[in-house]
Amino acid sequence: MTDTIGTDRRTGVVVDAEELVRDHPPAETGAVAFLGAQFDRGLAWVHFPTGRGGRGLPQGRQADVDRVLRASGAPDAFLRNPIGHGMAAPTVVVHGSDRLQERLLRPLFTGEELWAQLFSEPGAGSDLAGLATRAEWDGRVWRVTGQKVWTSLAQHARWALLVARTDPDVPKHKGLTYFVVDLHHPGVDVRPLRQLTGDAEFNEVYLDDVEIDDGWRLGEVGDGWRVAMTTLMSERKALGGRSSARGDGTIGDALRLWAQRPELRTPADEQHLLDLAVRAEAQRLTGWRHGAEQGDAPMGSRGAIDKVVGAELNQAVYDFCMRVLGVEATRYTHPGPDDPHTTPPADRSLTWKFLRSRANTIEGGTSEILRNIIGERLLGLPGDVRVDKDVPWRDVPRS
Amino acid sequence: MTTEPFVFSDEQHLLRETVRDACQRAWPPEAVERTANGPWATKFWTTLASELGVVGLTVPETLGGLGAGVVDLTIVAEELGRVAAAAPMLGTTLATETLARVECETAATVLEPVAGGQRLAALVVTDDAGAWTPDRPATTARSEGDGWRIDGAARGVLDGAGADDLLVLSTTDEGIALMLVDGAADGVTRRAVDTMDLTRELADVTFTDAQATLLQVGPAVVDAVRGAADVATIVLAAEQLGGCQTMLDRTVEHARTHMQFGRPIGTFQAVRHRCADMLVATEHARSAVYHAAWAADVGIDDVAVAASLAHVVASQAHTEVSGGALQLHGGIGFTWEHPTHLYLKRAWSDATLLGGRAFHRARLAPLLEPPRA
Repeated sequence: MTDTIGTDRRTGVVVDAEELVRDHPPAETGAVAFLGAQFDRGLAWVHFPTGRGGRGLPQGRQADVDRVLRASGAPDAFLRNPIGHGMAAPTVVVHGSDRLQERLLRPLFTGEELWAQLFSEPGAGSDLAGLATRAEWDGRVWRVTGQKVWTSLAQHARWALLVARTDPDVPKHKGLTYFVVDLHHPGVDVRPLRQLTGDAEFNEVYLDDVEIDDGWRLGEVGDGWRVAMTTLMSERKALGGRSSARGDGTIGDALRLWAQRPELRTPADEQHLLDLAVRAEAQRLTGWRHGAEQGDAPMGSRGAIDKVVGAELNQAVYDFCMRVLGVEATRYTHPGPDDPHTTPPADRSLTWKFLRSRANTIEGGTSEILRNIIGERLLGLPGDVRVDKDVPWRDVPRS
Repeated sequence: MTTEPFVFSDEQHLLRETVRDACQRAWPPEAVERTANGPWATKFWTTLASELGVVGLTVPETLGGLGAGVVDLTIVAEELGRVAAAAPMLGTTLATETLARVECETAATVLEPVAGGQRLAALVVTDDAGAWTPDRPATTARSEGDGWRIDGAARGVLDGAGADDLLVLSTTDEGIALMLVDGAADGVTRRAVDTMDLTRELADVTFTDAQATLLQVGPAVVDAVRGAADVATIVLAAEQLGGCQTMLDRTVEHARTHMQFGRPIGTFQAVRHRCADMLVATEHARSAVYHAAWAADVGIDDVAVAASLAHVVASQAHTEVSGGALQLHGGIGFTWEHPTHLYLKRAWSDATLLGGRAFHRARLAPLLEPPRA
């Protein structure tokens, strides 16, 4: 490893990003057209192969591109398609056939085709490998039947990542297979799920004899757990926080409140806010360092650190805001399940953010599961004693 | 403000390996009797200085040093912290960094043997209650004939009892001055104080009409001491980071191998989760320390803010991780024979040094500024 400051190898992507912005001024170019041009120049994910939105560079170089693009007001591909960008793309590029990569990646990046993720089930959340949705091979196609839950964006998405059970007679991790499913296909029923904020950000998805061609499988039959790991590691990285400047991100909400409402301040709150700001800064610097040290290596389990810290910090920040606002924070109009989501999440009320933040330590891996991952994969501690490990999935007790 | 994280160079990895080797040979894990003024400590410091040449790393080449960066110095400090080395690293850093910032020929002649490890120097900048007071010196100096005489008392002087040269911040008629006092001069009394932390030497020093030499006077003196203190603060935080890593490593090893209820205790989530939290704390300390060192070398951040952040984050991590280590080792961790106590005591002592918690938190006010829209 060498010092990455001021070396020539990062100049290339920066120059090309500047040229992209010159050729397609973001203010005058539609988002789809801009992102399409970014993809075609290999600046979507610089660590992806050439022709797949990348140019085979270390992943750390992407930050150089993003810095140029963010400064120019370019559209943010991640925010337009978070599951597609953060989870589907890294999985498809590693495990998908050439044909699937060719078909899926570009419209994913431009946001023309949104993505959802069909992992969690009512009976298998944290115990993802315990899922019950079945996929059976009938000699011509896979036929999928089951129920998924907590599916963000399913009502808008074209494609979804799906893990299904293809062999119930082997232990739970071994009988899974991974697919891409077309949500427009007959047999897919998406029902909004109203949550404690009042709105319906998530969905239940019922799959009733949905046909999937074998060409839409990712990885080998029975190897779905390994493919799912690629998705989950990428998810933790994506959820771990993407802010780059001091005071950006969630902590910014608390700092703005503090600046705008001096009449609410107490000395104890100020010390508490400083504690939060220190945690936020330590987290931000850690995310950076992990990015810089990562080089060519996959993100791996260190994303679990960023995710667990980010989720708990979000909650602590909004707890703080609620306490500072006092009775004012209790005024809240619950949206209905059918209310359109016209306000971007970042612009919603602090009370909405407080309520929404309660999910942060559950979604994308609970903090308890993530601490297990940190302990086992990063520290090498022994795993839990698992009573279902060598038992056929069919024989494992389920609620 | 640019926002570049840094990555260590091959040379820096090599420096780390070299220092780690020397540290582990000098302070094996089972050596729980580590005292700062024992013969072993002196021998270790000589090895570091003359054989490895890593004392005074940051002293400019024009003053006989290596002109290396604070990042390099931090690497050395982190390795010293891993073994809880009883070594006069902080006192030396304060002295060399101050002398390098002072414009005075005498300072250069004092600096060279200190950077070379032949002599020890200590900066006297605390008051008679042990508080950190660069702009309110605890001693006064007056001109007398060709020289100067100095009076006053300072408590808790880092590496002060064994120092050959004392650099003393004093009030004079012409403003705040940096004075040089021979540690063995008449009118200087020094007493090594008994402290909870066995590995770091603190001294109470009293000057009664002691002879002194003026190095520099005026506002630049306080700036020099503040700049030196920022570097020393980063060094202190790096030592704490090393301490965190050792406590984490030892705890994980214990949790992997110590059996209770028929299985390793690390299989219990309560244990594993606490280890995970110890790793998170250590990672945060690492980020804050490396960022501060990089800020000092490259100017990517305000050094005062970055150094104080490192102090606050590393102090929090070190107390939390050494506390977790003690808990997870069970009864054995509470014994003298087990090294955990060395780290726990260091953690709580370190958090009070160089201004302590209140001083460093106060310097973090910029973190409370709202982000620009």
